[in-house]
Amino acid sequence: MSWLASSGLRTSTKGRNLALGLVPIFVLIILYLIIAADRNAINPAEKITPLPGAMLEAMWGLVFEKDQLSGRYLFWADTFASLRRLGLGLAISTLSALVVGLLLGVLPLFRATFGMTVTSIAVVPPIALLPILFIVFGLGETAKVALIVIGIAPFMVRDLASHIAQLPREQIIKAQTLGASTWQLMLRFALPQAMPRLIQSVRLSLGPAWVFLISAEAIASDIGLGYRIFLVRRYLAMDVILPYVVWIAVLAALIDWALSSASKRLYPWAHEADR
Amino acid sequence: MSGCLSLRNVWVEYGDTIVLERVNLDIDEGAFVSVVGPSGAGKSTLLRLVLGQDAPTRGAITLDGQPLEPKCTPDRGVVFQRYSVFSHLTVLGNTIFGLECEAAPLTGRLFGAARKRAADRAHEMLEAVGLAEAAHLYPAQMSGGMQQRLAIAQALIKRPRILLLDEPFGALDPGIRSDMHTLITRLWREYSLTILMVTHDIQEAFSLGTRVLTLDKSRTDPHAPGRFGATIVYDLSLERRLAQEAELAAKAQSEGLPEDMHSRQPSITIDKIDNN
Repeated sequence: MSWLASSGLRTSTKGRNLALGLVPIFVLIILYLIIAADRNAINPAEKITPLPGAMLEAMWGLVFEKDQLSGRYLFWADTFASLRRLGLGLAISTLSALVVGLLLGVLPLFRATFGMTVTSIAVVPPIALLPILFIVFGLGETAKVALIVIGIAPFMVRDLASHIAQLPREQIIKAQTLGASTWQLMLRFALPQAMPRLIQSVRLSLGPAWVFLISAEAIASDIGLGYRIFLVRRYLAMDVILPYVVWIAVLAALIDWALSSASKRLYPWAHEADR
Repeated sequence: MSGCLSLRNVWVEYGDTIVLERVNLDIDEGAFVSVVGPSGAGKSTLLRLVLGQDAPTRGAITLDGQPLEPKCTPDRGVVFQRYSVFSHLTVLGNTIFGLECEAAPLTGRLFGAARKRAADRAHEMLEAVGLAEAAHLYPAQMSGGMQQRLAIAQALIKRPRILLLDEPFGALDPGIRSDMHTLITRLWREYSLTILMVTHDIQEAFSLGTRVLTLDKSRTDPHAPGRFGATIVYDLSLERRLAQEAELAAKAQSEGLPEDMHSRQPSITIDKIDNN
């Protein structure tokens, strides 16, 4: 067996690769369990490495029981609030990346005018702008969504613009000789060529988007996944923090998977090479 | 035959560098003109001029007596060596693209009966280039030869006044290349095309063209390489081939015989084609 180029038989390697990919995760879980059991055996009041039973117990109340103070199922309320902020932030970023990226990529005059502005905005560390956002937008939802947008949109705009600018010049000429106007060139050539790349860029931006979301929630919020873990940190409640972190990872992985399969389904031509 | 494309005393200069100088050229309707010449002799520049991608610094270019605007319009079709087809469209989508752009300025798409009619025309065109069975494939699923067939079909559906080929078969295997030579010759005759082809394969230039142009610098200044531009140094009209073509076409029409490309290659040799 060769260690390289093992993707010759695609159908048979898919299941094997999934199994192989799960092995390290299982190893990590077992490693944690061993350490946790060890520490709990020494100290029954151990809080840093809770056992699954303790986590289940702590999470049960958050998932299935109404919070007495607010009357909400906290876990689901947190999840909903965070996903809403994340979804809004991603949607606004994606839309602006599409519009601005297309214009920057296709129209040289637009690029000459606004290219430098986008680059300048992109180099500012978004967290440094968070105080400004809080001052301008208050401590509500707007500031949090705005932080996500400011954090990821410039990257997505630049990525998309450079992708479109690098499309083969021959194809643009060809489209023109086939009678395409600038508008048709954007609609029928640049836009479809941009879409798979845009989805790819959303996938890459998911990580930073979560970072900005959780930062914003940690600093000023009264609900949300990030708010909760920073809140319970005060009580060293690892039995809540760890399940929340796993939940965030699951959500992130699900979104990533959904984007990836949507791209393969909608734009099969862009995935010829990696099928 | 009437004059179709004409260049009058055309110069192209980029800053201090003169690329083309004193280019005078008349291309007749129905001609198959091959352009050869060493690298950097302005072959591609000439093509870009005719394509409208570049404007001449001096001189005039006319197509059917009308001055040529320096922009790419559907009266000139083009096939490049690579990247000539849209990777996000199927073979049918690529072929129909030109029709859609013309008929639907706002959406760039056709629906219903209009699309059906356009698709029928596209299928006809694909039949002509031998891609009828591949209409549903994406370019990435096809070989280089098939992609070039598609690029030709895509350009021809717009019925351009002149078809420009920029080393169209340069990236293909020899076997595929000779298939493509047969194809382009057949299309040229069937659709009465006017073709301007840039190539660096001299064999190809002579076997396909009815006229071969050689671009080169007629004088050079070793101290200032950009001082003089290239111009047409040889202009060979392959009359014998033209006559042969006419004869063969008549014969093929009357007898319906399959034609064999290779039996009628012209026997013209040229012994001086390098830089002076």
